[in-house]
Amino acid sequence: MTLAAEIGKNGTSPEKLLAPVLSSFWDEPESWTLDTYHRHDGYEGLRKALAMSPDDLIAYVKDSGLRGRGGAGFPTGMKWQFIPQGDGKPHYLVVNADESEPGTCKDIPLLFANPHSLIEGIVIACYAIRSSHAFIYLRGEVVPVLRRLHEAVREAYEAGYLGTNVLGSGLDLTLTVHAGAGAYICGEETALLDSLEGRRGQPRLRPPFPAVAGLYACPTVVNNVESIASVPAILNRGKDWFKSMGSEKSPGFTLYSLSGHVTSPGQYEAPLGITLRQLLDMSGGMRAGHRLKFWTPGGSSTPMFTEEHLDVPLDYEGVGAAGSMLGTKALQCFDETTCVVRAVTRWTEFYAHESCGKCTPCREGTYWLVQLLRAIESGDGVPSDLDKLNDIADNINGKSFCALGDGAASPIFSSLKYFREEYEQHITGKGCPFDPARSTLWADDKDDKNAHRGVNA
Amino acid sequence: MTASNREVSLGMPQLPAPAYPADVLARLEADAKEVIARYPDSRSALLPLLHLVQSEEGFVSRTGMAFCADQLGLTTAEVTAVATFYTMYRRRPSGDYQVGVCTNTLCAVMGGDAIFDRLKEHLGVGDDGSDMTTDDGKVTLEHIECNAACDFAPVVMVNWEFFDNQTPESATRIVDDLIAGRTVEPTRGAPLCTYKETARILAGFPDARPGAVEASGGAGAASLIGLKLAKGEAVPQARVVGPRGEAPRERPQKGAEHLSSHDAPQQTSASDPEHPAGPAAEEGE
Repeated sequence: MTLAAEIGKNGTSPEKLLAPVLSSFWDEPESWTLDTYHRHDGYEGLRKALAMSPDDLIAYVKDSGLRGRGGAGFPTGMKWQFIPQGDGKPHYLVVNADESEPGTCKDIPLLFANPHSLIEGIVIACYAIRSSHAFIYLRGEVVPVLRRLHEAVREAYEAGYLGTNVLGSGLDLTLTVHAGAGAYICGEETALLDSLEGRRGQPRLRPPFPAVAGLYACPTVVNNVESIASVPAILNRGKDWFKSMGSEKSPGFTLYSLSGHVTSPGQYEAPLGITLRQLLDMSGGMRAGHRLKFWTPGGSSTPMFTEEHLDVPLDYEGVGAAGSMLGTKALQCFDETTCVVRAVTRWTEFYAHESCGKCTPCREGTYWLVQLLRAIESGDGVPSDLDKLNDIADNINGKSFCALGDGAASPIFSSLKYFREEYEQHITGKGCPFDPARSTLWADDKDDKNAHRGVNA
Repeated sequence: MTASNREVSLGMPQLPAPAYPADVLARLEADAKEVIARYPDSRSALLPLLHLVQSEEGFVSRTGMAFCADQLGLTTAEVTAVATFYTMYRRRPSGDYQVGVCTNTLCAVMGGDAIFDRLKEHLGVGDDGSDMTTDDGKVTLEHIECNAACDFAPVVMVNWEFFDNQTPESATRIVDDLIAGRTVEPTRGAPLCTYKETARILAGFPDARPGAVEASGGAGAASLIGLKLAKGEAVPQARVVGPRGEAPRERPQKGAEHLSSHDAPQQTSASDPEHPAGPAAEEGE
């Protein structure tokens, strides 16, 4: 009996719960080529878009309800609408492919397996906002993806989807692939623009927003990879099809990335609103013999959840109502072998390392959080440290230019909320009670050679 | 800062960096022209140009920074400010192969810390604050942050190609092969080239090696799991039974691990009222 049939009896059939769109042909050999993309309705959405007026196209995307997939969930069509028209300035589209939020791993596999969905979305977006130059800002540390983007852009030029007079529409479009150089902060849209202008990647004060004064102080749309890549399917299959998935305020499909101590880590494309319980149910659950302890709904910057949140609908409203954020839908699952203090310490070290240094609360606050957390983890903490952690996090949260500071505060607040006792154990017990060896991928190999490798063996 | 740090001179200001030899300069100038032409504003070419000078010397030297400043009409201070902000620009000569172990939380917990420790010991680098590069100049060991491959944890990147689902043993084999000069192929990505050659791709010059784009095939296994489930294809070795409600910090029950050794349905939380539902065990909900 197949796994799917087994689960099907219980009314949680993956066929019904999942909805592969962007990932629907990733299993084809050479899924990244233009030929393969053409065989799967590639560039059909573009043809439909070019038959509309740019303003109608913006309205159509707005009506579809598509919201940004990079974390904030801002309506994509509305971002496009904010671009002033007839202002005589060049307009730019900048795709944020700087995927670096800890736990987030959706755009990179998407671009590796299906880069043309992004390029088609870019052409559509540029036609809508009247832009003749678009940029893909790809983080530099993913050379295999950079190779495929270079190749896909070459193919798209050759086929006439980029260049002068795209498909006879009169649209001239240049697409530049730009590799970053290692800086998490460049995933923040204004830091990304500074970086793309050849500067240190530091966030800008807003307003003015990028829609008014973005790249080279010109009107600029900055969109996440998945947001733009979702547009062609909306055009090709219709906004009503799109709205038939998910909820009224969070319509459509999206990529959920399951990772950590689960049986089957990977990408799961589903309508918005699926729950972690459903995803775990269909995919073999946590690794055998272990249970979920804490998880993030959308990367390390989103307040962590516990077992009690397994049935929270993973859409913008559902996760928000439960006290966190949908973020990037990076579902990092940790089991009971994991020390929450160790996890939060490591995340905080990351934020301290990646703080760009512009705003004092974030620059200084993350530094002191690390000192306190390291002391607690190694058994040198004192009871008052816990309130001090909370206090410092409170002095970072909401008090810096960009969301990196808020992100640094999230794991502190949420872990203290759910696991204060565990912090106290580290202080009273003068050290960490956990054995890190038990958390590893190969931890239980001694018991059963084949266990816990799952599909990755 | 100590006086032994070559980059810091106490007293006299540093003399200007020596220029590239004429033939190198001519070649790099032609490349730089191509890079600058991609952007409406020349300064946008700075990050790719820093990758370009790194492809020449394996690190961003003062000569390289002066070259970038010349090409873009910037001061060397402006270029230095940018070059020192980004972690991918090396500031001193390093190995041909940069082995980066992800030690951000998820990979660290899944084994990244153990892999890093094992490699550090195996390579004999980094003791007492010494350099992280092997004496033969082949391998530089580094901590890296989350590299967007958490579903393949623990992850090791060599010259920014993906080595998925690593163990201390597999990572040790990789560095041994690199040091011995054997061809090493990543899980996802093209057969390894040197750090300099990688930097040239990052500068925006496509990898011209035949087969480089298609190397390692399509999506990785983890990327396909949701798709296979949606198509009704069984996921190999996936277990229907989720975690049982065992008390935390007990050893897992032996034999409960994997489905392929059990044809009969295993005990589930539904059939085991003493143990309330674990996260994924509520069949028939």
